[in-house]
Amino acid sequence: MSRLTCRELIEFLRDYLDGELPPEERERFEHHLRLCPACVRYLHTYQETVRLGREAFREPEGAVPEEVPEELVRAVLDSRRRGG
Amino acid sequence: MSERGSSGALDETALLARLRAGDEGAYETLVRGFGGRLLATARRMLGNEEDARDAVQEALLSAFRGLDRFEGEARLSTWLHRIVLNAALMRLRQRRRRPEVALEDLLPRFLEDGHAADPAQEWKLPLDALARRETQELVRRSIERLPDAYRNVLLLRDVEELDTDETARLLGLSESAVKTRLHRARQALRTLLDPQLRGQP
Repeated sequence: MSRLTCRELIEFLRDYLDGELPPEERERFEHHLRLCPACVRYLHTYQETVRLGREAFREPEGAVPEEVPEELVRAVLDSRRRGG
Repeated sequence: MSERGSSGALDETALLARLRAGDEGAYETLVRGFGGRLLATARRMLGNEEDARDAVQEALLSAFRGLDRFEGEARLSTWLHRIVLNAALMRLRQRRRRPEVALEDLLPRFLEDGHAADPAQEWKLPLDALARRETQELVRRSIERLPDAYRNVLLLRDVEELDTDETARLLGLSESAVKTRLHRARQALRTLLDPQLRGQP
């Protein structure tokens, strides 16, 4: 089994996380992780990045859902009546 | 007749029946019921209030004209969400392009032997609410700095939670291009966040 480099590991990271790596590649990937703390840290911070991206626009728990501005409601309905 | 059940959510089936029967009041119910969430989506994509409102207006009018094409295979809310994303993307394409960072400058660097040039460090993420809000703001600003081609894929996949296939269709890309761009966008976002999140708080 040939060794994966850090460059290759990062290239395959998304496939690994999405469960899309074939079993042999997955084994090489995990073998590298067992030996390389820097890549483990990269994997963690990559996963944090995905989580932070998902949360970046989330309103705090219990926030009141936003109302539509009245001008926008009127503009849409008027435009529809005019056949827009 | 009310479209809101005990949960306060719109009863989409009843609303759809009224829309198809040409009930004027049903259009207003739809705009008021879904407009807020659609506007929030358009703001995330466009980052500008005027453009966001225009995109929502365009999207709703296009949805009204296309009601016959809505086949009920998806939820009405999901269908409207896709239409507003499409309207926002069209607007982004028409916009004057902003100066962009080259994506290559945001990807990890490697030594000749394939080792990372700057080995990753763990992040220490803040736990208190105020600092978390600041981190959210940092992430939003950093997403804005990504080149459009990558920012849009990241927003559609990770924020709007579309799957690869839907993202590919909306952007006119192959699924494999979406996967590659998503991975690069996440790596670039990670690079932008890294200096701020290393060793915090």
